[in-house]
Amino acid sequence: MTASTPASRATTLIATLTGLAASWIAFDLLVFGYGASPSHIFALLLAGTWGTPYGIGQVLFKATPLLFTGIAVDIALRAGLFNIGAEGQLVVASLAVGVVGTHLPMGVSPWLALPILAVTAAAAGGAWASLPAVLRAKYGAHEVISTIMMNGIASALVGLLFGFGLSLKGTVRMADIVPGARLPRLEAIVPAFRGSASSVAIVVAIALAFATSFAFARMRAAREITLVGLNPVACAAEHIPVARRIGQAFIVSGAIAGLASLGTVLGYKGYFEAGLGAGAGFGGLAVALLGQGSAVGLVLAALLFGTLQQGGLAINAVVPMTVMDVLQGVVIVAVGLADARVRAAVARMAGRGGAP
Amino acid sequence: MSIVLAIVSLTMIAQTLRMAIPYACAALAGVTSERSGVVNIALEGMLLAGGLGGIVAHVATGSAVAGVLAGAAVGAALGLVHGVVVVVGRVNAIVSGLALNLVAAGGTRFILRALYDSSSNSPTVPGFRIASLSGASGGLLLVRTLVDPFLLITLVLTLTLAFVLTRTRFGLRLRACGEDPVAAASVGVAVARVRVVAVTVGGALAGLGGVALAYDQHQFQAGMSGGRGFIALAAVILAGWRPGYAVAACAAFAALDALQIVLQDQPWVPGSLVQMLPYLATLVALFVVARRLSRGDAASSAPPAGLGKHES
Repeated sequence: MTASTPASRATTLIATLTGLAASWIAFDLLVFGYGASPSHIFALLLAGTWGTPYGIGQVLFKATPLLFTGIAVDIALRAGLFNIGAEGQLVVASLAVGVVGTHLPMGVSPWLALPILAVTAAAAGGAWASLPAVLRAKYGAHEVISTIMMNGIASALVGLLFGFGLSLKGTVRMADIVPGARLPRLEAIVPAFRGSASSVAIVVAIALAFATSFAFARMRAAREITLVGLNPVACAAEHIPVARRIGQAFIVSGAIAGLASLGTVLGYKGYFEAGLGAGAGFGGLAVALLGQGSAVGLVLAALLFGTLQQGGLAINAVVPMTVMDVLQGVVIVAVGLADARVRAAVARMAGRGGAP
Repeated sequence: MSIVLAIVSLTMIAQTLRMAIPYACAALAGVTSERSGVVNIALEGMLLAGGLGGIVAHVATGSAVAGVLAGAAVGAALGLVHGVVVVVGRVNAIVSGLALNLVAAGGTRFILRALYDSSSNSPTVPGFRIASLSGASGGLLLVRTLVDPFLLITLVLTLTLAFVLTRTRFGLRLRACGEDPVAAASVGVAVARVRVVAVTVGGALAGLGGVALAYDQHQFQAGMSGGRGFIALAAVILAGWRPGYAVAACAAFAALDALQIVLQDQPWVPGSLVQMLPYLATLVALFVVARRLSRGDAASSAPPAGLGKHES
């Protein structure tokens, strides 16, 4: 998954672009089959997203949770694990942030509140990931099934706690968090984004993407995680603590998925409600697969899927926006296929292929 | 006391059987696919797509049987795509499975909007309803479930799959592909073809499960699979990839679902807590199985050794 040499970076780029082009053709066929004009849809999509400052702000808003969960899934992928549980980790973190955010003192300074809430989010997400992490690292239970179950438990947990009176009476939302816990909207800094729900969480997410990339290039434990993902048997022979690195990678992945609540709860709503951030977990998987292990790749992938989500709203009057979910799935398959094809072709040209 | 009466009742038995059918079909699909060596987490999407396919054909033709066939065909088509993408295209099976689930979730909503101008459900269909048996009592529900063609189909398919896997040439080849694709290829088994066929047949089974689910509600509802595909896959793992055990495990999960229905009018049992039960049970069971496997016992419930491996 990690592109290291210039040649493999070029391979990855070619494969990704090929896959995206193929997906776009499939999308056009779908739109055409529905009876709409692909060029008209493209114009609508572009105008509703990158066409106005508000649209750009909305793309950033939609991209924010996807970038957090994309980084999270990417970290797990480096260790050779699929974190399908980002969805549930985000739910539990949002719940925790919602609870702590409402119980801070009314006049609390943001400089105190925001670090507390960031730690809360990361701790809750990490904690929710720790059970699948232990099951995987210690007993080898497959993380895909266990995290899907944890997702189900997380959403039932919200229902249970709301039933016990955590939500405002007769609603599925909690009380507002204190003002000092709100993350500033981007429109407070760049007035052109007026009306869009994007917040400085996107800046945090982008910084996190580069920080993680740096850590995986420089820090020993992080590099060992990548090595464990490549070859656990060799790592065990070299006395790298394989099970511990697998567990750590998964818990850190959960913590970062939890940080997505900074965007959804603190930046956007200002409270937690059932269903907030739904879909970000699976979206993050798409971002991580498309981003191919580089910070720039992850940011671009999050922007692409953010554009598609916002664009879905822009075209909804002509073609149902659910077509974007289909497109997201098609992109994953097409890029995966192109990646495998291009790699095989490169291997053949280099004369390294052909062994039975 | 009323809780005990609710749990030990004809309604409970009937609900368990009724809820078990979609799980069981999906689990048989999982067994077929994974015993050939292809990981299949697309079961969820196959249930959804098969269910909508069945309803669309039923609405269009007025025939419940046409709906069953169409649902199986749609499931098979999804299986074919998964098989080709994973086996021939060499895309990671979990990646392909998740992508197909996304396509199915979005695609079914898209088609609901396109055909029926609704964001959430299709028109209603009769399915295999028998008018003389309508009524809400537990006994009638049980009789209705017992004469449901899907129950019979599921039982026959379970026995057939067990027979095919263990007693036929194709089943032997399929298992060989799943246990050791390199060795299978070296003795002339067309591993890729066997696997694509297995995943496609599996898709048809899961598609049938989707039709059963949709006919049971007499309509298609967006997202109606509700995680059943994933739980069915967990049942496959718990059952050590054996069809009979997998269906039995599905019945256990279905009983937890039935409990939710039976207990829903008990005011002091929180619905969300009962809703958690299947997930919690799966986690506990996964833990137990994994611990036994990591200690080296219970070799008979180990995964196919070639699961996720390619023949070259």
